[in-house]
Amino acid sequence: MQDFVQHLINGISLGSIYALIALGYTMVYGILKMINFAHSDVYMVGAFASYYVARAFGIEAHPGVGTLAILLISSMVCCSLLGVVIERLAYRPLRNSPKLNILITAIGVSLFLEYGSQVVFGADPKVFPEVMKDFVIFSFGNVELKSFDVTVLGVSILAMIGLQFLIYKTKVGKAMRAVSSNASVASLMGVNPDKIIAFTFIVGSALAGVGSVLVGMKYPKIDPLMGMMIGMKAFVAAVLGGIGNVRGAVLGALIMGLSEEMVVAYMSSTYRDALAFSILIAILIFKPAGLLGKYSVEKV
Amino acid sequence: MKRLFIALLMVLPLLASCTKKDNEITIGEYDSLTGSDATFGLSTNKGVRLAFDEINAAGGVKGKKLALITLDDQGKNEEAAAAVTRLITQNKVTAIIGGVASGRSKAAAPIAQAKGVPFVSPSSTNPDVTKAGDYVFRVCFIDPFQGSVMAKFAQENLKAKKVAILRDVKNDYSVGLADAFATDFKKRGGEIVTDVSYQAGDIDFKAQLTQIRSKNPDAIYVPGYYTEVGLIAQQARQLGIKAPLMGGDGWDSDKLSEIGKEAINGNYYSNHYTVESTDPAVTEFIKKFKAKYNETPDALAALGYDAAKILAAAMERAPDLSGKSIRDELAKTKDFPAVTGKITLNENRDAVKSAVVVQVEGQNRKYITTVSP
Amino acid sequence: MRALKNPLISLAAALLFGVAVQFGFNEYIQLLVLFVSVNCLMAMSLNLVNGYTGQFSLGHAGFMAIGAYFTAYASLHWSFLPPSLSALTFFIYAIGSGLLAALAGFLVGLPSLRLKGDYLAIVTLGFGEIIRVALLNMDFLGGPRGLANIPGFDSFYMSYAFAMLWILICFFTIWRVMKSSYGRGFLSVREDEIAAEATGINTTGMKVRAFVLSSFFAGVAGALFAHYTNFINPSSFTFLQSVNAVIMVVLGGMGSMSGSIAAAIIVTVLPEALRPLQDLTGIDLRMVIYSLALILVMILRPKGIFGELEITDIWRKYVRRSARS
Repeated sequence: MQDFVQHLINGISLGSIYALIALGYTMVYGILKMINFAHSDVYMVGAFASYYVARAFGIEAHPGVGTLAILLISSMVCCSLLGVVIERLAYRPLRNSPKLNILITAIGVSLFLEYGSQVVFGADPKVFPEVMKDFVIFSFGNVELKSFDVTVLGVSILAMIGLQFLIYKTKVGKAMRAVSSNASVASLMGVNPDKIIAFTFIVGSALAGVGSVLVGMKYPKIDPLMGMMIGMKAFVAAVLGGIGNVRGAVLGALIMGLSEEMVVAYMSSTYRDALAFSILIAILIFKPAGLLGKYSVEKV
Repeated sequence: MKRLFIALLMVLPLLASCTKKDNEITIGEYDSLTGSDATFGLSTNKGVRLAFDEINAAGGVKGKKLALITLDDQGKNEEAAAAVTRLITQNKVTAIIGGVASGRSKAAAPIAQAKGVPFVSPSSTNPDVTKAGDYVFRVCFIDPFQGSVMAKFAQENLKAKKVAILRDVKNDYSVGLADAFATDFKKRGGEIVTDVSYQAGDIDFKAQLTQIRSKNPDAIYVPGYYTEVGLIAQQARQLGIKAPLMGGDGWDSDKLSEIGKEAINGNYYSNHYTVESTDPAVTEFIKKFKAKYNETPDALAALGYDAAKILAAAMERAPDLSGKSIRDELAKTKDFPAVTGKITLNENRDAVKSAVVVQVEGQNRKYITTVSP
Repeated sequence: MRALKNPLISLAAALLFGVAVQFGFNEYIQLLVLFVSVNCLMAMSLNLVNGYTGQFSLGHAGFMAIGAYFTAYASLHWSFLPPSLSALTFFIYAIGSGLLAALAGFLVGLPSLRLKGDYLAIVTLGFGEIIRVALLNMDFLGGPRGLANIPGFDSFYMSYAFAMLWILICFFTIWRVMKSSYGRGFLSVREDEIAAEATGINTTGMKVRAFVLSSFFAGVAGALFAHYTNFINPSSFTFLQSVNAVIMVVLGGMGSMSGSIAAAIIVTVLPEALRPLQDLTGIDLRMVIYSLALILVMILRPKGIFGELEITDIWRKYVRRSARS
């Protein structure tokens, strides 16, 4: 029983990590209907940005709120800039191209970032600076709840609520929804789709920046390919929840994290990744648009 | 027209092939310089380059300088095959120093064998690699030996009865060690309480570790690479697992302690040498490596260095530089004073040398025991 | 050019080219030619799903893996024909590989082809990963150690002829299918699924057919791959391999067979041709250049090299134009 509770905590904690990345995928997809494959690599660059900033300021061994704030800001700024640059140079020229072209471009950007950073940063893993001290909040027998677990879950839920608010309660959000449903009509109504899309990329990439600092804090090892695995899982989570749906991304990510954990705990660790995908396939067969996605019947 | 286009494209790489100089011996090396295994390939490459610099500074081999051509395989088997074919047919290399992963060596070694070009692998541990033929050698341990070293150590030194295994299922090195350990440890009367796995690139191991914790083992065997082991150690200690972790030479790197911090201290792994060693071969190597690259060498760098040194020594001894003469001399390598131990190449062209078990203490490695084959 | 439309004549032309490669070039170029042919099969077969039928599959490496492992296992463990007939044995194994992959394609296709667009992409991606993880854990297939010493052909020329035979089978099968009513069905699914359904086409059935045929040839590509590299392990069939196949299809032009072939050549040869650059710079920039080239092609030539045209169309246009002037 104690083990079960511990597995539950681990799974939710892992799921909230996926959620932070999944939110970025879902944001961009919601507006542009494109899978931004480079998102996980933006996240990777964010981790390296905060690594170098920490070293430049000499704060890599001074955990505390100040360090956290500096790293969060620098990584968010860096990721947002990168996101906007990618959007401007690679995606915008392809705005009206077929989907597959945009996807290939996204893969191209992703490969470029991965292999470029192997050249720039070096391929060996780096140690992420110690941002905060982890401590036990609650313990009962074998079960322990750590501050990082709570922080990550808290931040991802806050991010979700913030995004919900942004999309449904603000003027920018209204514009975003307008661009999502029909960009050309939106532009007739005085919305500048280019600006809105750039803004979406800023928000999505900033989230990747937050994610990179939190993940680096919890798993202090960063390398140029760190985004690959986590990106794929997060992306699957976003699809599972219904891609384009903010709450769905968090729900999907939590399911993903929990199912991975439980598969290892009570079934077989060797088939963990395979079973995660099997769950996805099973759910998509019965709910073709993901758990919270709206399945729209196409009309002529 | 289509065919013409094909032909044109085919000619391109030909035009770019290098010309060979008379006073140089070209040696080919292929390794993963990019891709997910890049950090291991780059390490090996550093060791090989250091050895070549030393040999050239001392006058080269047979009065000729050694030239190194390194090609990247991106961690793909088919790229390794193409790279080795290119080295042999385009660059006309005299011998080849092979890559890290056994998989790539299995794809590449048969090509060198078919062409009669000596092939020395620094760190492909799978037993099958040298079965490709009599031109294929290696300077590292093979999986069964290293696995049984730790099985012996676990039973005799740690007095462990119940051991859990956490293996990297994506990595044939890790699987080979884990299998060998399990067989040997059971033979010694021990019990494997659980055998769980992860995949290289994972960052969260709490699910596996929580499961291991519930079985309450005396020790945990984690034959992975330092890239993941650091995190595994941290998460194991966070979950309150007190049992020591054990591993193989894949652990050997400064990064292990940097990533694992204090959690990695007190754990054991099998290695080729210890930094505490007073053997001049080892101390010289570490000093030179630090001077050149400003970092401590890991096991892969040491093995790359040894592979290059053993190859050069065989070339020096050989009457001429034909593949066959070099091969014959390589096979005669006996008690070569290498960094990673006194290396003798046996009839299977595998290195026979003793292993040491060391304990991690920050950046230091405390010598515990030596296990002979 | 028109003569190439006859399978036998084009086979003869291809074989003649093989003679030239056999005697005119070294083993390195020969190996590249073989890799090009494997990629050709991958690209052409995926083109059927992604190009002609407009579906979006990201799991092609999975089918390739099934084919490769079947052939590898069969040629390592079974023998029912004398060794002198190895080419025939390999041909039978290749068919077996194709059929097994096709069966897998059917099993995946049946439920998942009801999904659309990105959801289908993600399910096929997941399927490819499931295959890879399963292979990692199957001990009789070597797990991560893979299968080594897979028998190959005795000479380059045999390997080449074998590849050409399969490429032409694939080419003419797809070409004939695309001229048939099924081909029209595939195209109609791509152009407008709702309209296709309204005209009485069983769109799911069409998609499954395209998927099965495509996986058959991916399985054959895997079989060739196993013979040529003599060693396979699961890391040859990752997500990146599937992506590579999609890149070839889009680069060549969706729905152009000539495009797929051209793209297969470029994608295989370009990284190798860039190798000397590594000697100059000391670092491996090949993938950086490759990815930049990919982005630029997508922006500057979004329809791919050939668009939807075939080389024969371009040839005809050229002849017409020169006749006019």
